[in-house]
Amino acid sequence: MPGSGSAGNHGYVQEPREQPWPPFRFASGPGGPGMSDDPHWHGAGWQGQPPRHHGAGRQGQPPRHGEVPDWVMHRARQWRQRGDGEPLRRDPDDRLIGGIAAGLGEWRGFSPNTVRIALAVAALISDGWAVPFYVLGWLLIPVKGQETTIAQRARHDSRGVVLALALSSLLAVFLFLAGALNDTAIAGFCWPQVFSLAGVVLIWRNAPDSERAGMQRLVQPLESLGTSGKAAKRATRLRIAGAAVLLAIGLGWLFSLHGGLALLKPLGGFLFAAAGLVLLLGPWWLRIARDLMVERQARARAEERADIASRVHDSVLQTLALIQRRADDPQAVVQLARAQERELRSWLFEGRAPGDADVSSFAEGIRQIQRDVEARHGVPVEVVTVGDCPLDEHTSALLGAAREATVNAAKWSGAAVISLFAEVEPDNVNIAVRDRGKGFDPAAVPGDRKGVAESIRGRMSRHGGEAIVQSAPGEGTKVTLTMPRAAGPAAQAAPSEGQRR
Amino acid sequence: MSDQAADRPAGAPRVVLVDDHGLFRSGVRAELGTRVQVVGEADDVAPAIELIGQTLPDVVLLDVHLPGGGGQAVITEVKRDHPDVKFLALSASDAPEDVIAVIRAGARGYVTKTISTADLADAIKRVADGDAVFSHRLAGFVLDAFASAPALDAVKPSFDPELDQLTTREREVLRLIAQGYTYKEVARELFISGKTVESHVSSVLRKLQLSSRHQLTRWAAERRLT
Repeated sequence: MPGSGSAGNHGYVQEPREQPWPPFRFASGPGGPGMSDDPHWHGAGWQGQPPRHHGAGRQGQPPRHGEVPDWVMHRARQWRQRGDGEPLRRDPDDRLIGGIAAGLGEWRGFSPNTVRIALAVAALISDGWAVPFYVLGWLLIPVKGQETTIAQRARHDSRGVVLALALSSLLAVFLFLAGALNDTAIAGFCWPQVFSLAGVVLIWRNAPDSERAGMQRLVQPLESLGTSGKAAKRATRLRIAGAAVLLAIGLGWLFSLHGGLALLKPLGGFLFAAAGLVLLLGPWWLRIARDLMVERQARARAEERADIASRVHDSVLQTLALIQRRADDPQAVVQLARAQERELRSWLFEGRAPGDADVSSFAEGIRQIQRDVEARHGVPVEVVTVGDCPLDEHTSALLGAAREATVNAAKWSGAAVISLFAEVEPDNVNIAVRDRGKGFDPAAVPGDRKGVAESIRGRMSRHGGEAIVQSAPGEGTKVTLTMPRAAGPAAQAAPSEGQRR
Repeated sequence: MSDQAADRPAGAPRVVLVDDHGLFRSGVRAELGTRVQVVGEADDVAPAIELIGQTLPDVVLLDVHLPGGGGQAVITEVKRDHPDVKFLALSASDAPEDVIAVIRAGARGYVTKTISTADLADAIKRVADGDAVFSHRLAGFVLDAFASAPALDAVKPSFDPELDQLTTREREVLRLIAQGYTYKEVARELFISGKTVESHVSSVLRKLQLSSRHQLTRWAAERRLT
């Protein structure tokens, strides 16, 4: 096209032309004659659109300038730039019936569901005529990855052609009779399906194996409800016979109606017809519902499993790897194992994600002390908390004092384990930090340790609490901290600095 | 069984191990050695019930979590026919409400799997002698359970209001146990005899088992919610 003399044509000549138009190949199969002369008619008609872009993409016939308005050119260019540039193919992976809506959507860059809705609307407003065109598309558009269409294969299937003609003429006769008895809108809607029926028969007989499997699965419930064997076959036959009888009675009743009959009569007809439909189609509905449910459950399970797997990987597996690498250092291994145990415990029983270090409550603050001291000083801390309360200025100060006491014990006592007990009572909050380490004589503490003890006491007393340090050489140490809850203004106004012991 | 009794130390309690981890069972068995006499092992609820019925041990060392319904189910089932069999619950890490449920079903104590061998043997002896064994964690759970129960006048009085509350002394004992004190240390700290400590603990256990279900269920529900 470039250099063909239409250079001034609004970029139309720059338009990429990787594939021939039409993007599908036509066969002069049974469905085709008389329609394949004008490919645009098909291309547009299958999308439920009027063929407005006539000439916009015709190969080998560059439109003369001025023949088509510019805006049409522009729209046409936009139109052609949508989609992925691949030729139109049916998409077997994302199909409801023949994969045409999915194929069209991919071809022109729409969501398949948009196309499906458009097709359904077209089927309704065209009195059912969109259906045979859909079937025609099914016959004439090859499946993705293939070049042969079903129509091409059907040409050689003479028995199929005969069967299609026979069945559709049977339907035509039936419709003639129905129309003669009582011309209704239904009959009008049914006429196009004479062609659809012929197409479907040909598709059924000539579809490639991959598609056949899908269709057989679709039909399977008609044959048996999951089970096989003689009993099931008999039940199926009975069911189909029953459905046919009910449908015949119901429809016959409806069609034999003439105006002026009792109002109850059509109702009975509807009931029979509906019962027949349920009997016939029930297994499909059941299976669709079951499939949906099973699929949803499977997805939920898979998500949960993935979540657990990622958490286990982030914490437990990492720790196990670390433990293997540091197997020669028992102290480090114990520390890692304890840290992991704590993390798992808080995840399993408190619903806290590993690594989630948000300290918002008193008990959480206590556990934070445990984590930090174990991590930094390598001494296990046995924590027991009773009750919980939100953190405020006073309880934060209490936590600070408890942290100092615990760190002290970890650093100086030499004890193998430190016990940290915290209890939230209605009136006050108590903490006891205890070790069975070497202890000391409170009357003869060296200066540096006295300072630490004073900092604990001072911190407590500033907030109206008290700290008691009990220790004796060889007896271990116990620091008891008590902080009144919701300390009133009196406690804040008159801090008894350094007075309490 | 009498000839087995001959080659074990006098007074060594006969023990059945119930735990779904075979490795753990054999570990405990090896560690306990001759301090107790392990007469059987089971890995699930149904075999455990059968085994206990056959061997009638002094103490059943029972994992809180078992695949076939939990330690609770074993206790409830065995207690019906053999009320004399005593249970000591043992587990690695469990939700408080599960531990409390096992105790309420009738276990005489709860210890964690990190307990030292000597302490475990001691705990088994204690349970065999009819005492209660509270680990520091169980003491914390119990304090929590009774502390968060609503005040006495806030609920409709149960048939025995005393069951719903701990005495001050019992609280003190539990607090010290929660801080890691041994019974002996508790006795010294509170200037009471070891027997008195044990009677306090047994009394707490009784209250825990008999207290109106209402409050403890509510406690468990609250814990789950938070």
